[in-house]
Order: sequence, then structure tokens, then C-alpha cells
Amino acid sequence: MVSVITAMQPLEHIMEELEQAEGLEALQAATEALCDHYGIDHVVYHWVDSVGGQYGCGTYSDVWRARYLELNYVRVDPVILGCFQRFHPVDWKRLDWSSKAAKSFQAEAIEYGVGNQGYSVPIRGPNGQFALFTVSHSCNDTWWADWTEAHRRDLILIAHYFNQKALEFEPDRKPEQSQALSPREVDSITLLAMGYSRAQVADTLSISEHTLRVYIESARFKLGAMNTTHAVARALSRGLIVV
Amino acid sequence: MDENGAERDEYDDLNPLYVIWEEPDGSHGGSMRFLPTTGRTMVNEHFGDLMSGPITSPLIWECTRFCLTRGAGSHVAAALMLGGGEVMQNFGVEHFVGVFDARMVRIYRMIGASPEVLGSTGSGREQISVGLWHFDDRDAALVAERAGVSQHLSRQWFDRAFGTTNVVDFARSA
Repeated sequence: MVSVITAMQPLEHIMEELEQAEGLEALQAATEALCDHYGIDHVVYHWVDSVGGQYGCGTYSDVWRARYLELNYVRVDPVILGCFQRFHPVDWKRLDWSSKAAKSFQAEAIEYGVGNQGYSVPIRGPNGQFALFTVSHSCNDTWWADWTEAHRRDLILIAHYFNQKALEFEPDRKPEQSQALSPREVDSITLLAMGYSRAQVADTLSISEHTLRVYIESARFKLGAMNTTHAVARALSRGLIVV
Repeated sequence: MDENGAERDEYDDLNPLYVIWEEPDGSHGGSMRFLPTTGRTMVNEHFGDLMSGPITSPLIWECTRFCLTRGAGSHVAAALMLGGGEVMQNFGVEHFVGVFDARMVRIYRMIGASPEVLGSTGSGREQISVGLWHFDDRDAALVAERAGVSQHLSRQWFDRAFGTTNVVDFARSA
């Protein structure tokens, strides 16, 4: 099973770099790498706190970012306002752009190269912490619908991994143990690492393959991994499983 | 329970998502509640021992408080499941994990949406279980038929609640 550790896919590589991040520069680098990887115009991580303070990183132009801050667009932006009320990802088209302020904001955003399409994942951390992970692009509706459909589950995971990193950078944050795997998750990942197929793992644990998928899904998230192979590699490298 | 007969628990303070069946007269026919398992959930905080938890992922949501108004037909239960399916398909959710009592087992079976039971406690009518739902196109077609609601209509209801993706053309409106 050495192959699972060495055969790293491009996306996993980006997430490994993110995992090692020790400052905002590394998060910035990850947004740029994700743009290149997916071939889309923008990737942005944006933290907004309850008193209107904000920071983040991403690939929007400096002039747009400066303008956004200067004109306090966080109070107008339908993406922010809409995501505050949701905990599920949203295509920008589903948001309310009907007000005059929203329409002119949108026209300006497009003018500054944000793109005519967007998809944002709201994330909520401890104590009401709120952030957004956004991808945006210039393309037609069909292309965008197909692209987001194909990648949204990855985007949801990536969004949470960005936020976990950003939370680690908080100055007064108590060091938190990474989430422990449950006994069933340890069993599942261990057997996969030993080269068992999913059917064999399910059979060995006397659970259905569907139930197994849930344990693997949960383990994958706790490990900050993009897929099962990546999860196995991380569990091994962290010494969480012994094969 | 408050003076209006409305029942709330601590998880309702987390602004969960409810799927609700409204009767023609505007009254409540049934509902179910969803929360992502990345935050606080009833299954992880109270039923962890039944399922080797905690289960945590933004792609796995908790589904609890499935309830039907007395006298509501099984089509209401099916319609709620259909709504749950819309939530899964539109928000990229892979699995639901839920808590349910013995009474619900028969109802879920009747509408063709039986969960996979991870663990149970108690027995007979008092039995409480944690289970998993998975929802594919075939399941959607089946519960849609039982609900007497076409999938086209349920998608329209979803779009009306969450906004549609095909009305505004950003490029043109800009």
C-alpha cells in the first residue's frame, strides 16, 4: 500500500500544502493553485465577523478588493447577506439581486473581473464565526451548472478545510485536538489501508456498503482529505491507524 | 412546548432547515428538520453510543423530528421524503443520519424509504433507532409516486423556496 502515499493527485497536493499552512500567505497560494487546477477565474476565502470586521485571501484584483473595502460593500453584497441566512452552498443566481444597490454592485463586480457566475459555500465555526468560500467565473449558464454540479462536493470540503486553517491562525485560540476518528472509522480506514475492497471491508465489519460509505465520508472529513485514498494516506502518516 | 402548542428544542436555536407539508387550508400536515453534522446535532450529542460516532461531515446531514399531523395520509410522509431528496440533490448532501422511534419504521417502509438502522435502544413501542438514508434517482421516483407529487413540481417548490437558477442572466442584466 505504499502506492497510496506516493501517487498524489494535483488536488490532494494543494490540500497538503494547505494543511502545512502557517499563515495567510499559504492560504493565498492555495487559492491561486485552485484557480489553476480548475481553470476558473477566481477562488476566494472571506471571513466576516459579527461586528463587520473582515479578512481573507483570494484572486480578485487588488483594485476590486480595495474598492469593496472602501465602499463597505459587505453591507450590500447579496452573496454575504444571502449566505448569512444559510448553511448550504448557493449558486449566486439563487440570491436576491433585485434591489437597485445590488444591481449596481453586480454590474461593478463584473466590470472589475469577478465574473458573471459564482458559487459560495457558507461556513460556520465556533462562537458564531462565519466565513465564505467562493468560486467565480465568466461563462454561460450551462457550462457553470455542469461545472458546479461536477465539483460542488469537493468545493464544500475545501471550504471547510480553508476555514479550519483560518481558525488555527486566531491569536487567542486554544490548541484543539484534531477530531478523533470513531472506532468504526478506524476499522474502516485500517482495512482499506490493508488493501481490502469496499465490499470486503463491509463484509468484515458486518455492515452494508452504504453504511461503510458514511463512516468513510466522516473519516475523510475529520482527516481533512479529498478522497478515500487521501484519507488512508493521512491516517497512516499521522499514526492514527496501524497496518 | 409553549402556550401556542409549538414545540421547540435547543437545536431549533441553531436555525435549522425544516421541510414542511402544508395542507390546502394552510395548516401543518407534517415536517422534518435538517442540520449539517459539522455543527451540534442531536445524533452526535445524544445517540453517539448507538452508531460509533460522532459522524461529522458537511456532506452528511442530520434529519430529525420527522412528524405527521394526526390523520395525515402516508402521501404526506412520502412528500416530506421527496423534499429531503431535493435537499440532498440541490445542496450536494450525500447521506442523512436520523433518529426515529418504532412508530416511524412502518411509515418509512410504506413510502419506500426505509433507513438502514445503525443501532437501537429500548424495545417495542419504546424503541428508538439511529439510521441512515441514501437517496438515488430510483428512490426519488418511488417516493414521488407515493406522494402523488411529480418531481418536476417538487423542484419548482424547491426553487420557489431557495431561488431559481434560470431566471436572471447576469451577463445580460449587467
